[in-house]
Amino acid sequence: MKKTLFDKVWDAHVVKEVENGPQVLYIDKHLIHEVTSPQAFNELEQRGISIFRPNQIVATADHNTPTIDQHLPVKDLLSRNQLAQLTENCDKNNITLYGLGHKYNGIVHVMAPELGFTQPGMTMVCGDSHTSTHGAFGSIAFGIGTSQVAQVFASQCLLLQKPKSLRVNVNGQLKPGVLPKDVILYVIAKLGTNAGTGYFCEYAGNVFEEMSMEGRMTVCNMSIEMGARGGMIAPDETTFEYVKGREFAPKGDLFDKKVAYWKTLPTDEGAVFDKEYHFDASDIEPMITYGTNPGMGIKVTEKIPTEHNASFEKSLAYMNFEKGQSLIDQQINYVFIGSCTNSRIEDFRVAAHYIKGKKKADNVTAWFVPGSQQVASQIIDEGLNEVFENAGFKLRQPGCSACLAMNDDKIPEGEYCVSTSNRNFEGRQGQGARTILASPLVAAATAIEGKIVDITKQLN
Amino acid sequence: MDKFVKLTSSAIPLPIENVDTDQIIPARFLKATNRDGFGENLFRDWRFQKDGTINKEFTLNNTTYSGSILVAGDNFGCGSSREHAAWAIHDYGFKVVVSSFFADIFKGNSLNNGLLPVQVSPEFLKELFTEIDKNPATQISIDLEAQSITIQSTGSEATFEINDYKKMCLINGYDDIDFLISNKSEIEAFEKSRV
Repeated sequence: MKKTLFDKVWDAHVVKEVENGPQVLYIDKHLIHEVTSPQAFNELEQRGISIFRPNQIVATADHNTPTIDQHLPVKDLLSRNQLAQLTENCDKNNITLYGLGHKYNGIVHVMAPELGFTQPGMTMVCGDSHTSTHGAFGSIAFGIGTSQVAQVFASQCLLLQKPKSLRVNVNGQLKPGVLPKDVILYVIAKLGTNAGTGYFCEYAGNVFEEMSMEGRMTVCNMSIEMGARGGMIAPDETTFEYVKGREFAPKGDLFDKKVAYWKTLPTDEGAVFDKEYHFDASDIEPMITYGTNPGMGIKVTEKIPTEHNASFEKSLAYMNFEKGQSLIDQQINYVFIGSCTNSRIEDFRVAAHYIKGKKKADNVTAWFVPGSQQVASQIIDEGLNEVFENAGFKLRQPGCSACLAMNDDKIPEGEYCVSTSNRNFEGRQGQGARTILASPLVAAATAIEGKIVDITKQLN
Repeated sequence: MDKFVKLTSSAIPLPIENVDTDQIIPARFLKATNRDGFGENLFRDWRFQKDGTINKEFTLNNTTYSGSILVAGDNFGCGSSREHAAWAIHDYGFKVVVSSFFADIFKGNSLNNGLLPVQVSPEFLKELFTEIDKNPATQISIDLEAQSITIQSTGSEATFEINDYKKMCLINGYDDIDFLISNKSEIEAFEKSRV
């Protein structure tokens, strides 16, 4: 029986099968943060159940946290309370917490891979839909609700129906200036926001094979934006090289043994997927979104399509765009480079490379928010911060920031923001804010020009 | 968890596609540390105008409609995994959400909270919207045992899918934690077998 990467990892974690029902799936690693865990801790406490495997859990504070003055008490009372709850819950239950200010603190999907907590062949969950990010390592990683957080606390397992399989193949040569973010925005624009619902997606083809781990994480991160619970990329030398030597990665002989196992994981030649798509890399260009879901994306040079349905029109009305309109030269006053999609070192290298020697547009307020303390240090070590400062940008402290408007980093009502995050839903970045999703390169160019430009012209 | 067996009620229509969990409950209301009271902020930015006054146009504020069934457009509940979305809908007083398509995580979260997601064909969904539009007091019945949904005025009926295990849980008000804990020895044996 030919097996897919997903089958191999899934089947290795099935504890038992309920007759005519779900399977009991063992979870190797559980990541938690302040927003979706408190009710789960309460649930266990109320029922008098203890945490089954506290050493397989890692906690961080990210969603609610300020991105300036992190050394001071958090101003917002509700946020402060939620963060304090996380600390208390972790202390009480012997769970490792990398809280605000800790050198390992950061966005959960940035810090966990960085620490080697994420490894190929694992099952990983977190009360956050972008847990799909970790699939970049060839692990099964997906977001769960708070009731499921409580289930994993109680048993290190979940009751699940095995999802169907989907493979997205992208082969060929990417054009200059086309980044991993453009690849995934292109795929979602082609397939729509629910093509992956009920499926686990594998990304295959030379485009993903040639990507760095950072790029693969960007791609897998947005799997949920086409409805797929998770996305995976086969582990290879790039993966092993990234994992090697990291804090929680296996060391020495154990590492070699693991690598030998990880090498058996890629999908067997001839394995059959329930659904499969093929795309030509050379058709992809820098992308932007124009609407209020991530499937509403176009090449930066294209015009907004003309569709006649109420939801589409409601969306354009919210964005204050017209059918058939081009977004080139659209004035933009806010730019956000950050989030679990694009806040890794490579993203800031891309931005710095473009920005070097240029000046920020006067009309632009830009937030450059590294995904973790480690990324922040690396930005400084590599001299990127100097490039940003010389251009008039100021680096902020790590966190989810303006991706979801839970802290003070909110885009004002009616304003457009070119953002490297993952969701352009109504009000996602603040009440009435209008989000345009893009790559870090397009975002950097917007911050310099103060408007959307055809980046491809500058590259050719 | 609340039990669910049968329900007959009028419904509130929300004929919008791709309703995401940020609309159901915006992130700024996720700072609570308990499960209660989220209904107050359900669809907050659609229910209220920017100045805080009620948006009379929005379906929940339209006094023509009432009931404990929400009938919504395709791909309902997409986006974030926040279970707060299911809590908010349930807390507001809904027992059932009907749509032609649900996002995975939202569906699972609903089932874990005694809120029944009923997936119907696009045609049946259209029929529901039409009948509710004709007569907002239209009674709709959902029978979990029979896995059926019926529009009382027309007698039109459709069936819906739910796995046997989850159906049993809802009918009896069980949740997954009890089941998982009852399997602890097998889980421990599994752990040992992997070393």
